[in-house]
Amino acid sequence: MKFGVVVFPGSNCDHDAYHVISKHVGQPVDFIWHKETDLSGFDALLIPGGFSYGDYLRAGALARFSPVMNAVKDFAAAGGYVFGICNGFQILCEAGLLPGALIRNSGLHFVCRHVNVRVETNDTPFTNQIEAGKVLSIPVAHAEGNYVCDDETLDSLEENSQVIFRYCDPDGEPTEAANPNGARSNIAGICNRDRNVLGMMPHPERACEELLGSNDGRGIFRSLTRTIETA
Amino acid sequence: MKAKVYVTLKSGVLDPQGKAIHHSAELIGFDGISDIRQGKYFEIVLTNGTSEADARSQAEKLAAEILANPVIEDYRVEIVDG
Repeated sequence: MKFGVVVFPGSNCDHDAYHVISKHVGQPVDFIWHKETDLSGFDALLIPGGFSYGDYLRAGALARFSPVMNAVKDFAAAGGYVFGICNGFQILCEAGLLPGALIRNSGLHFVCRHVNVRVETNDTPFTNQIEAGKVLSIPVAHAEGNYVCDDETLDSLEENSQVIFRYCDPDGEPTEAANPNGARSNIAGICNRDRNVLGMMPHPERACEELLGSNDGRGIFRSLTRTIETA
Repeated sequence: MKAKVYVTLKSGVLDPQGKAIHHSAELIGFDGISDIRQGKYFEIVLTNGTSEADARSQAEKLAAEILANPVIEDYRVEIVDG
């Protein structure tokens, strides 16, 4: 099993992701520079958080044109697992691998704190070791995390159980007060129709150690590892 | 020849930055403004000898593929001499 962490100019959570895969997941992991075009040998790719290309134009907009992204699209189309976190989620939306877009937080502020997210379904390669409905405490750190999409897209996401994480209160209720950025329908993370591409704004790689306030992020990496092991 | 591209948020897409600017405008006494929407403006200088039709098609393509995100934004292209 081999994980890859894609590094763009301006990625800054790449080492966090690498650390979690190597220390906690305990699997081989390599950094992949954005100019790479050969992704053979990898089982799963992490598109980490940060500010690729300085967030110029729109968050994630320019990373889409990096050479590695064509390879990432082919990798996803062939069924490979692609997991975008924060800026990685923004990049996957810009690249058309996930529907919708992420715009400026409704409150305008950069939001950096632990939030609660409810696991909407465990029928994904990324959540199959977590109980559906479970509330996870995972930090967010973003200014553009406000998920938007048109009505048709939202209906299709709901119909196909593609909403994987929703911001909620500690009891699991997706209230307006629990929504840190104004995201439509409290959406914190979605997957594609084929369920092998996941994007989420919260940072599970920062929630894998008790020392950091929560290890609720581990279930996601454990699920992905289990999926690959049993494939 | 220049292409001017205006990128604006689609109506219905929340524009918190426009709202904040509107709020500031009201604070200093502008009371006749009902809404402010923020957008982006690009000037693209074409190489000498480009025809107007070619300039327009290049600018439209650029706007559609890079400058605007069709999920949330619309764009408008103008071609000007000079």
